[in-house]
Amino acid sequence: MLGVLWFWMVGVMIVAYVVLDGFDLGAGVLHLFVARSEDERRMVVQSIGPVWDGNEVWLLAGGGTLYFAFPWLYASAFSGFYLPLMIVLWLLMARGVTLELRNHIDVGVWRALLDGLFALASTLLTIFLGAALANVIRGVPLDADGYFFLPLWTDWRPGVHPGVLDWYTVLGGLMACAALALHGSLWLSLKTTGELEKRAGDAVAPLWTAVLLLTLLSVPATMAVQPSTLTNYNRYPITCVIPLGVLLTLVGALVFHRRGQSLRAFLSSCGYLALMLVGACWGLFPTLLPATTGADRSITLSSAISSPYTLHVGLLWWIFGMLLAALYFTISYTMFRGKVDSHAQHG
Amino acid sequence: MNAEVMHRIQFAFTVTFHYLFPQLTMGLALLIVVLKTVALRTGDERWHEAARFWGRIFGINFVFGVVTGIPMEFEFGTNWAQFSRMTGGVIGQPLAMEGVFSFFLESAFLGLFLYGEKRLSRTWHWLSSVLVFLGSWLSGYFIIVTDAWMQHPVAYQINARGQFEITSFVGLLTNPWAILQYMHNMCGAVITGAFVMAATGAFYLLEDRLQEYSRIYLRVGVTAGVLACIAIIFPTGDLSGKYVAHHQPVSIAAMEGLFHTQKGAGIVLLGQPVESTGQIDNPLVVNGVLSFLIYGTTKAEVQGLDAFPRDQWPSTLPLLFYAYHIMAGLGTYFVAVMALAAFLLWRGKLWSSRWMLWALLLSFPLPYIANTAGWMTAEIGRQPWLVYGLLRTGQGFSANVSASNTLFTLLGFMGMYALLAILFIVLIYREISRGPVVTHEAVAAD
Ligand code: HDD
Ligand code: HEM
Ligand code: HEM
Repeated sequence: MLGVLWFWMVGVMIVAYVVLDGFDLGAGVLHLFVARSEDERRMVVQSIGPVWDGNEVWLLAGGGTLYFAFPWLYASAFSGFYLPLMIVLWLLMARGVTLELRNHIDVGVWRALLDGLFALASTLLTIFLGAALANVIRGVPLDADGYFFLPLWTDWRPGVHPGVLDWYTVLGGLMACAALALHGSLWLSLKTTGELEKRAGDAVAPLWTAVLLLTLLSVPATMAVQPSTLTNYNRYPITCVIPLGVLLTLVGALVFHRRGQSLRAFLSSCGYLALMLVGACWGLFPTLLPATTGADRSITLSSAISSPYTLHVGLLWWIFGMLLAALYFTISYTMFRGKVDSHAQHG
Repeated sequence: MNAEVMHRIQFAFTVTFHYLFPQLTMGLALLIVVLKTVALRTGDERWHEAARFWGRIFGINFVFGVVTGIPMEFEFGTNWAQFSRMTGGVIGQPLAMEGVFSFFLESAFLGLFLYGEKRLSRTWHWLSSVLVFLGSWLSGYFIIVTDAWMQHPVAYQINARGQFEITSFVGLLTNPWAILQYMHNMCGAVITGAFVMAATGAFYLLEDRLQEYSRIYLRVGVTAGVLACIAIIFPTGDLSGKYVAHHQPVSIAAMEGLFHTQKGAGIVLLGQPVESTGQIDNPLVVNGVLSFLIYGTTKAEVQGLDAFPRDQWPSTLPLLFYAYHIMAGLGTYFVAVMALAAFLLWRGKLWSSRWMLWALLLSFPLPYIANTAGWMTAEIGRQPWLVYGLLRTGQGFSANVSASNTLFTLLGFMGMYALLAILFIVLIYREISRGPVVTHEAVAAD
């Protein structure tokens, strides 16, 4: 019971990470395409500057929570995905530094370089995050001790000994890239003005089409690669509202955008991302990391869970901490609400 | 190449680089609160401007702390998988709390502090600096609770699957080792902040510019510096030494280079320990002092390394000895410099004592060295254990990640961090050479 609770609590933190850091990653993907002049680029950076670090903390806090609630999972997954995680770390570093430091550099050439690196790192990150999720759904070759080590790629086919990248996980990566770019374009239309707002708005329709196609494609692909994801849906048919909600929120994003209701469009996109993740978690539950080497080796809720005392104490501070975090985010987002001013600067 | 050694080198390299930034973050966070408080009390615009200037430095430093901190959180899983599996239920707790309670606080209010001055009232802006301070000092506490449990495990039991679990949450958070280590370490962070601030003031005065600001920096830097330099030796350093002597006697013997158990043991001020012969080359010894420092009498018996089996000796013994001596030697030097500077400040002679200003300017890298050496003392002294007395380092690393893969990522980190270091130096140098007021005009112009 406690385990189920913690499963969803970690899930909530992952959703918060994707929804929040998602829009600043998405803005990064679009940075070079929609923002042409120095003023426009500064506006993009202004729109995410005060919040991106806080958004990224969800990744750390979620990772830390995963660590203490499910130490077996954390140990196996982090060491098994060693190489891709290190690449993710380098990309996170490159992105944080380039984003923050373009404000401090006033030589055009260097700024152009920083902008380029920022966009590249953001794009690769969205792809890696999507591929990571797809890896978890597909499963990994766990050995009898519960460890594995994935090469970056093998023969590009999901099988008993897959690599981090195969056709299925690449599909997941592209889908995440498109979905977060859409999320970012809706954020930019909400927060910016002028030509930039217009270009970001123009990007919505093509990105939306791509997301829709990839989402539809992902359903049969997932059923082929990991048939067990259907079990929970078959057992509790009512939960099919989750995929239904996915479609509705996706449609909502476009409709609201067409009507010029940017905030609602952005919130729909948040809903889409959240429901996609909830749907994936529900498909896996109560498995945490499926094994390609036989279902009995999969890491499950009960095999990975910490001791009851740990989890009980954790519950107390976790609830308190989340309330505080919600308070900080409310203060911060209220303080920076509205469109950004194209000439604003630090301090 | 041995996988265990590669994992250790990568972890040590990345955490050592990381800690170069948080020590300034935590030190400056306190000093910025001081600047903001004086500004709020007196309404003096110069103190506001001084706080803005240090806010910019803080902002740059913070980003580097963040990006180098993220790998640390991951590396427990990537490089120490067996350790994480066995101890996650214990040390995952403070690590998760660090994210939930301090990083959220710090990042949210740093955004407000740096970008929001125009939107906030003065009191709120002051409050955001206080909350940033609180966040960074809390994060220091949680990470030290983590480390202290590895140094001195408390409030745990081992369950049927061989995993550690906590028996008392409060016990974990109030580990006496953590409290001592925290007080000592935070003094170290304030020393870094104080030396950096004082050195910047000295730099402007020696250049004959920005006199008013440099006086503020020197006044705050030297005052905070002298207090922290005293506190780091007495009581916190002294108490840490006694605590280590009681709980990790083999570490203290190695730190002091004491190969043989002795009554009235002397302290080795300088020398080179040679593990194979069990001797100190070129020793400079003061008799009886070590016994006195640990037990309060010059006659007491102190256990030497020969009292312990060889497989419990710290594995890189000479490095441990040097690290400890560098820390303690620099600590003595800091007290001398800061006390002299404080005396000149009090007599109103600091501004014109160019030799003193030079000494302050040139000393700013030393606290970084002392803090790094201090951590090396603690971490190497803990060897060969990951969790002292319970789990050996050889039982904790990720056996499924080969040495070659770790070397690959270690090289990646080295390349990345070399670039980061260059970028950091360029940016900080630019910020400092522009100075406080000038930047203000530059911003208005562009
Ligand atoms: C500016 C930095 C600085 C300075 C001047 C000193 N220290 Fe220190 N020391 C640290 C910064 C530090 C540190 C980085 O903060 C450490 C590493 C772990 C920790 O908690 O604090 C530390 C650890 C540390 C330990 C624990 C080692 C272990 O855990 O095995 C002892 C016994 C001392 N110190 C003793 C001293 C003494 C007697 C000093 C005075 C001369 C002194 N330190 C100066
Ligand atoms: C407070 C949080 C810290 C934790 C939990 C921690 C934990 C660890 C771990 C797991 C290792 C690898 C095992 C080993 O070789 O001992 C290690 C090694 C090491 N750490 Fe730390 N560390 C912390 C802080 C630091 C800091 C701030 C520094 C330096 C500035 C540092 C310096 C080192 C060094 C030099 C080693 C290598 C020791 C050796 O190989 O003999 N650590 N630490
Ligand atoms: C193994 C040890 C360590 C881990 C896992 C770790 C983890 C992290 C992480 C993930 C961040 C980024 C936070 C953000 O995004 O806002 C960070 C920054 C920070 N860390 Fe560490 N850290 C370690 C060692 C230390 C030590 C020894 C201290 C001090 C006692 C420390 C103090 C800080 C502080 C104050 C920050 C705030 C950002 C900054 O100040 O630059 N860390 N750390």
